[in-house]
Amino acid sequence: MTALLNIKDLRAYYGQVQALHGLTFSLNEGSLTTLLGANGAGKTTTLRAICNMVRSTGAVEFEGKPLTSRSTENIVRLGIAHVPQGRGTFTTMTVEENLQLGAITRKDQAGIVDDIERMYTHFPVLKQRHTQQAGTLSGGEQQMLAVARALMLRPRLMLLDEPSFGLAPLVVRDLFKILGKINREDKVSILVVEQNAQLALELADHAYVIETGRIVMSGNAKDIANNEDVRKSYLGY
Amino acid sequence: MELFTNQILAGIATGAIYACMALAVVMIYQAIDHLNFAQGEMAMFSTFISWQLMQVGVPYWGAFVLTLVFSFIGGIAIERILFKPLTKAPILTNVAGFIALFAIINSSAGLIWDFTIKQYPTPFGSSPFLGSQLISTHQAGMIGVTVLLLLALYFFFQYTRMGLAMRAAASLPESARLVGINTSWMIALGWGMASAIGAIAGMLIAPVVFLEPNMMGGVLIYGFAAAVLGGLTSPFGAVVGGFLVGIFENLAGTYIPGVGNELKLPIALALIISVLVVKPAGLFGRHIVKRV
Amino acid sequence: MSAIENVAPEDQPVEAVPKRAMTIGSGTSFVVLLLLLIVPLFAKNFIIFQLTMLLIYGLAVLALNILTGGSGQFSLGQSAFYAVGAYTTAVLMEHLNINYALTLPIAGLVCFAFGFLFGQPALRLSGVYLALATFALATAMPQLLKLNFLEHWTGGVQGLVVTKPDAPFGLPMSQDMWLYYFTLAITLAIYIFSVNLLRSRSGRAFMAIRDNEIAASAMGVDVALYKTLAFGVSAGITGVAGGLGAIAVQFVAPDSYTITLAISLFLGMVVGGVGWLPGSIIGSAFIIFVPNIAEGISKGLSGAVFGVLLFLIIFLVPHGARQIAIVGQQLIGKLRKN
Repeated sequence: MTALLNIKDLRAYYGQVQALHGLTFSLNEGSLTTLLGANGAGKTTTLRAICNMVRSTGAVEFEGKPLTSRSTENIVRLGIAHVPQGRGTFTTMTVEENLQLGAITRKDQAGIVDDIERMYTHFPVLKQRHTQQAGTLSGGEQQMLAVARALMLRPRLMLLDEPSFGLAPLVVRDLFKILGKINREDKVSILVVEQNAQLALELADHAYVIETGRIVMSGNAKDIANNEDVRKSYLGY
Repeated sequence: MELFTNQILAGIATGAIYACMALAVVMIYQAIDHLNFAQGEMAMFSTFISWQLMQVGVPYWGAFVLTLVFSFIGGIAIERILFKPLTKAPILTNVAGFIALFAIINSSAGLIWDFTIKQYPTPFGSSPFLGSQLISTHQAGMIGVTVLLLLALYFFFQYTRMGLAMRAAASLPESARLVGINTSWMIALGWGMASAIGAIAGMLIAPVVFLEPNMMGGVLIYGFAAAVLGGLTSPFGAVVGGFLVGIFENLAGTYIPGVGNELKLPIALALIISVLVVKPAGLFGRHIVKRV
Repeated sequence: MSAIENVAPEDQPVEAVPKRAMTIGSGTSFVVLLLLLIVPLFAKNFIIFQLTMLLIYGLAVLALNILTGGSGQFSLGQSAFYAVGAYTTAVLMEHLNINYALTLPIAGLVCFAFGFLFGQPALRLSGVYLALATFALATAMPQLLKLNFLEHWTGGVQGLVVTKPDAPFGLPMSQDMWLYYFTLAITLAIYIFSVNLLRSRSGRAFMAIRDNEIAASAMGVDVALYKTLAFGVSAGITGVAGGLGAIAVQFVAPDSYTITLAISLFLGMVVGGVGWLPGSIIGSAFIIFVPNIAEGISKGLSGAVFGVLLFLIIFLVPHGARQIAIVGQQLIGKLRKN
């Protein structure tokens, strides 16, 4: 398997404050990887640094292409879809407009129409609400919309920032089931950042644990889930 | 009663001017989230360009189209050269930039074309419209153009992908970048469109107020007021606001004692502010719920 | 059409300036004060007059700075408060023969009340809406001053001539020089008052409102009271500046106080640095001297030259003179370390 995303010595800064202290890790094509860690460990910053939304140094390569000098929108155009924390929903627009926006960089009108229909089969609730303003959706529905919007890009890689945040456990299970399906069927590689380690480890095939801006552990998701020491000291369950 | 209806008619006629300008104001507000104080001057400069073209023999509609192209490119150029470098600067610094731009354009126009007033032609003629002395065919034509422009804008924003991208960039820039929209160019495009709409407004207004470097001063203020009254996010509201402001102004001038021409503006503004105190987002604006 | 939108803490129109950063060190203050005290002794009367105006506009910019930099409210109506202050002084001096020094506190109080009252309806407005409301005030003021039934007091379009006071106690100095030192004393007093105001409980309340109004009210700050109070204080100081201006120029007329003045004061605040009180004097220097410089460079294109100069300044220092002061401080800090 080849590495889809390669990150070397990634450091990120908020003003004078350094948030990442030399992260090195990689992501395989077709994998579903999770990045775990406590609050403030640097998970969100890692995703933001990949998309160049925060000042950073180090090397980030996607399919062999360096990302560091590209603007956020150009990185997205390479096929990296990022679902940010808080979901980034265009709340004043309709559900369908949100989906259209996900495909705004694509030129194939027919493909876009098909994809919107495909999203409606993945997430039937979005079809029911397609003319509603996205801001009126519930949290879980908005998260589904965010994932669907990201998929409209036909991404090679999807970055998800705490998709379980603020959702009811049952909704989270549903969502994760769909993510697994997307990963397997649509061949989208996924990097998901989570605080809910237990659930993320069930879903993922590979996991990294991050603490105060450094990778402290990496391995097969099952191994990490079964290692009691790791669970106790880093994942807290 | 006849006086009253006449004043309303006259108000609608002047309101058309404000409605047209208010559309340009809403356009730029959508793109950059604040009001551009130099917008009137940009429109005035565009109008002078069209006048100059006609002076050298270009027919009206030819000059009209060329001026639109010039204004569109000019608006983009102004954004790229002068305001893109200020993207990270505080908002109030940007406002100072608008004032500087105002001074530059006004003074340059004065030097190039001097401050004497010039006649400006109308394509619609200026005979009474449907037999009314209060609305001329030019003013009726102006209302027509404003409504057409409104429809075109509505179509553009609702049904084209570019319009959708511009709306997205204006409402949530970061999310827009995350779906691959080049938000910086959307802003430049907004400037270009606002500049072109302003040019249309200028070319329609010039036959009424005559062409000279200070022609837009008062008009822009009424345009702002109209846009604010309608709710800065709604092109439809801006047009309605424009007509309402025109009617307000005329009625205040007629029925409130002691209001000469000089006090018309403050009174119209005071009325608008009273409306805003009751409806802070304007008549047709989106109310945005804020949280910490 | 109404929609619910969750906006993350919105970009604040006015940057958060920490209290500490609002003033300058005692060393620098001392040097500036010394310069202000000594320079007029060696200057011609016209220069002294200009320096007086520098202080007066400095006060007016300072007042706007308290309102905008302190409490985050934007105003294009400062010229109206300035006009009310100027007319109060002029009317009291010329019609009622009240001593010029006594008219100033009255002008201040009248404007405080005016500003406080104006602040009431303005409470519900913010951003561009407040800008429009204050703008309306600024455009209305010259027209109101021209109203017929006020003409007996205001002199209508003609305005009023104000007598310039002599130096008291037989002090051997020219009228201009006396007025300069008089103005300097008042300016210093108001500056010290303002610095302390922003450091006080009320100042903290202003800044809390500026940085996040909803959070401030959740913390128990009486937002309505402090917002109107900020308007009142700002108007009051502007009124005193207006009164001093009337005495210095020896003349008040409606058309001296148009929206142009309000815009100048706004530009002065931006150039000096929003929220940085000492910058007010630098902003004032900009208001007074840059238009003259522009005129000197090109008569026909003075407006354009002014605009270009203004652009140069905001390109170089988008945060105004405050930015230079911060860089300077850091340099001094580094030098001391080495």
